Amino acid sequence: MKWLRNIIEVWAYEMKCALFDEGVIVFFVIVPFLYPLLYAYLYNNESVREVAAVVVDNSHSQLSREFVRRVDATGDVDIVSYCQDMEEAKEMIHQREAYGLIYIPKDFAKDVAEHRQTTVELYSDMSGILYYKAVLSSCTEVSLEMNKEIKAQLIPGATEQQISAFQYPIEYQYVPMFNTQSGFCTFIIPAVLMMIIQQTMVLGVGMMAGEEREKVRKHIAEPHIIGKNPSEILLGKSTVIFTIYVIVAVYLVCIVPMLFNLIHIWRWQTLLAFMVPFITACVFFSISISSIAHDRESFIIMFVFLSIPLLFASGISWPSSNIPIFWKGFSWLFPSTFGVNGYVRITEMGATLEDVQYEFNALWIQTFVYGAISYLVYKRTYGKQLWA
Amino acid sequence: MNKGFYQIISIAKREVKRILSRGLYTFCMVLAPVMAFLFFTTLMGEGLPAELPAGVVDEDNTATTREVIRNLDAFQQTNIIEHYPDFMSARKAMQQGKIYSFYYIPAGTTQLAISGKQPVVSFYTAASYLIPGSLAYRDMKMMSEYASGGVGRATLYARGYTEDQAMAVLQPIKMEMHAVNNPSLNYSVYLSNTILPGILMLLIMQVVIYSIYVEMKEETAQQWLAMADNDIVKALIGKLLPQIVTWTLMGLLCLFMLYGVWRFPLNNGIWPMLLDMFLLINASLALGVFFCGLVPSLRWALSLATLWGVLSFPISGFSFPHWAFPATLKGLAWLFPLRHYFLIYVDQALNGLPLHYSWLNIAIMLAFWALPIMLLGRLRKFLLEYHYTH
Repeated sequence: MKWLRNIIEVWAYEMKCALFDEGVIVFFVIVPFLYPLLYAYLYNNESVREVAAVVVDNSHSQLSREFVRRVDATGDVDIVSYCQDMEEAKEMIHQREAYGLIYIPKDFAKDVAEHRQTTVELYSDMSGILYYKAVLSSCTEVSLEMNKEIKAQLIPGATEQQISAFQYPIEYQYVPMFNTQSGFCTFIIPAVLMMIIQQTMVLGVGMMAGEEREKVRKHIAEPHIIGKNPSEILLGKSTVIFTIYVIVAVYLVCIVPMLFNLIHIWRWQTLLAFMVPFITACVFFSISISSIAHDRESFIIMFVFLSIPLLFASGISWPSSNIPIFWKGFSWLFPSTFGVNGYVRITEMGATLEDVQYEFNALWIQTFVYGAISYLVYKRTYGKQLWA
Repeated sequence: MNKGFYQIISIAKREVKRILSRGLYTFCMVLAPVMAFLFFTTLMGEGLPAELPAGVVDEDNTATTREVIRNLDAFQQTNIIEHYPDFMSARKAMQQGKIYSFYYIPAGTTQLAISGKQPVVSFYTAASYLIPGSLAYRDMKMMSEYASGGVGRATLYARGYTEDQAMAVLQPIKMEMHAVNNPSLNYSVYLSNTILPGILMLLIMQVVIYSIYVEMKEETAQQWLAMADNDIVKALIGKLLPQIVTWTLMGLLCLFMLYGVWRFPLNNGIWPMLLDMFLLINASLALGVFFCGLVPSLRWALSLATLWGVLSFPISGFSFPHWAFPATLKGLAWLFPLRHYFLIYVDQALNGLPLHYSWLNIAIMLAFWALPIMLLGRLRKFLLEYHYTH
């Protein structure tokens, strides 16, 4: 049982190193704890309600006012002002007082009365992704409703059922599944949480490895590794990171979603079974990549900026079905890609382990590949020291 | 004066040597930005994602429903990859991430439609994936309107209505949407225009801090300052000069990718964006020096810069609108150069407004230099008297 004692010795020593290193603690504890709180605070206004819009009503009719009133009553658009003309309306958009514009033509009411099709023109500011849809969908919704009523007048004596069947021989309904509020918080936070696990681990492990590298350069030998072989050191160290991140992960993937009332319809067995390979893949990935850490700080500069491309490479924003194959291959190098996809589907869509089989397998493959690389890294780093 | 000039030049030469001696600098100043620029612009090269995988549950399976499905498949954003026997298996496929949406036609739909009994079809989207979910919604809604309208039109034509008359009956009020300045709804225009400069800004702040405080760590800070007679201004100018040149080149490359290669909207010509980029690089340098003056520790200064840099993305308001943030954060956004960069970009490149609309943002970007200037004395003291601690 010497090997077990060796592993435990390495574990105890490394655990002490990690817990007493202020720099490492920042990445292992403080950032994972605070960052989700900050994000949830930023996006606590779940979906973008009430996009400010202005109206240019050249019709000045009862019908046009009714149209505007109903648009204002929808949850997505807030009519902030009636403008005299397009110039005034555009100026309000330029001053960022409004992000949408509804233009009602002069003949609006007259056309409807005389049974001609009339067109309402909509404009949206294109500086944000969400304005366009808000303006278009609420105006369309109102127009469909009013069209139905206008139709009732066109066919006098018809019952509501007949009118409706005439307008919609086939009725339809739309059901958004899983993120039913289409909330921005629900959309972005789960992906960010998984990214935090991987990125803080890489930074912390990179910092520890950089420190070791600096010591090696200064010929400072670490006492606890003497007499142990690389696999024992690897197991000892990786278990330290694993232990810490089990706690971090419980907070991030279980407590945070409950705290902020994000959708969480997971089965805990599924979540547990999925998080194990994700964390182990992250651990060995971190150790493998930390072999290029030159000093304590270099990883911060090399890795933080990558978080943003990696978030996009996971397919949470730009759909993964449309990611060019080259970047897809690139994204497979990182546990976050599979972690994000699996976690989102388990948490928000109630997927079973079988549903995330692909991601699950990929994470185990990463665990073994990066595990092997980690072993080689340790063999190279410590081999000389150990038997010298 | 003359002596000062030569001192700056010799510090700059020393800095060039330092930069070339470490792969880290080459990676962070050239490879990382170039890779990030290429990544985002090619990732979203399509502009609007086309042919998103979708499913169909056609329990009716008549000539009419098959026609509807064929039409749906022909829409640009939708690609029907599979027919599922029932609702549950389609839902399963969605949970497995194979499809983003599916269209459900229950048995008897055609028969009910013909007899005027208004059957109901439905469509489902995976709203957890915001972009593909909402694109699928758009196509499927349009298809449903179209299917219904088709039956309605046919009835009216049979009664001798002209097309105009039929449309006036079916859809008395019609909506026409204008997406000014980005008519194709190109997602890369929304995102790349701010993400690319944001990444550059993050890297600039970090590299500036690293290059200053690594001197403390390697205990060469005194030697560096001595080359400028312990004048912190000269020492900093000399040190930052090679970086300013490199970062400016990277900034130009960024603009070239956005407006030269991808031809994103540039309604006032390139000059305002050159100014915008120049201001952003400057503000990033200023913030980098500022964080150094704030805390005498390489790691803490880097951590502050990282926090600032990463927070810049949400707070600048290019994805989630700025006005929807809590009031404190709305105010805090003034302190983020990327927020001002984004606003200048919207006014100048996207909307083509006169330059005076952006004057306040331009002024604030320039004012970022006031921050480090206040702390130069402190920074000098740190460099001369403090030692590296981790």
